[in-house]
Amino acid sequence: MKLLILIPAFNEEGAVGGVIAEVHAAMPGVDVLVVDDCSEDATRNVAHSAGARVLSVPHHLGLGGCVQAGYRLAFELGYDYVIRVDGDGQHDPRDIPKVLQALEREQCEMVIGSRFVDGSQGQTSFVRAVGIHFFRAVLRPILGRPVRDPTSGFVGVNRTALALFSRSFPLEYPEIEALVVLQRKRFRFVEVPCRMRPRQAGRSTITAVKSLYYIAHVLLGVIVNVLKFEGRRK
Amino acid sequence: MDRLMNVVAVLSGLLIVLVLLSIRRAHIRVEYSGSWLAAGVLLLALSRFRGLQEWIASTLGLTDAPLAVLMVAGSLFLVVLYRSSMVLSNLKDSNIALAQKVAILEFQIGSLDEKVKATAR
Repeated sequence: MKLLILIPAFNEEGAVGGVIAEVHAAMPGVDVLVVDDCSEDATRNVAHSAGARVLSVPHHLGLGGCVQAGYRLAFELGYDYVIRVDGDGQHDPRDIPKVLQALEREQCEMVIGSRFVDGSQGQTSFVRAVGIHFFRAVLRPILGRPVRDPTSGFVGVNRTALALFSRSFPLEYPEIEALVVLQRKRFRFVEVPCRMRPRQAGRSTITAVKSLYYIAHVLLGVIVNVLKFEGRRK
Repeated sequence: MDRLMNVVAVLSGLLIVLVLLSIRRAHIRVEYSGSWLAAGVLLLALSRFRGLQEWIASTLGLTDAPLAVLMVAGSLFLVVLYRSSMVLSNLKDSNIALAQKVAILEFQIGSLDEKVKATAR
């Protein structure tokens, strides 16, 4: 079983080294790939020094393009599972085994590390909480089942989903649209409870002002993906 | 009315000249200049031929011929902008795919390089 931990990072020199160290502590011997989205700081060097392999894209692609680059490489290198952990330290790498076990046990294509699956409210900003509630309601009829944390980037995929995502992946804000892409192929996902923390350093690229653009953009992306539906899951 | 049509004619002429100069300086590719040139020529023709304006106005159910010219101009620019958006979107997709490919190739070359160095030691 070949597992890759994928860490997309843009200007995360303050946090990415710690994240890699935590990943190595939680999953000794597992390959770690940082996809550096053309950072203007020392992210690449810090990641390299911390023992990760680094895939550097030649210009800023945005989160989706950056994650897809990692998925493409992982697929070409023959990995069976890829677990994505954000480079800002919000995801606790000690939960990686939980995501991996769920991928193996459930035989599903995707596992989402969710801050809400055990019924807790999690730690999140007001704007993000509103967005999560909104997209839960939007996705419920599309997916035919509830999803508690649709914006979580703590995601594990198996090789089947990897093959799909290396060909077709939402390019800007991928988490929510990726669920619809999966549904289009009638793939399954499960959520497992995971801890989320405040970012360790740097600042989020999604500001309060950008949140409205985010909601409109993602909603449009969801609608477009629904229009591409090839049939509902039975 | 005549003054408005003269202004439209001058602007259309300027558009045609600007596009031709841009092609000459390689600021715009020939295949993307066609729609702008066609828009310029059509607007120039419309501004010069009153009969054509009146025919379009009556076809569209408008009483005012110059208004028909402005409607045609607006529609033409929307079509050209829409076409530009399509071209831009295709280019962006290709550009992202290319950037990913370059990054993956660089990564694999780096890996091979490391293996060769390790073997040589």
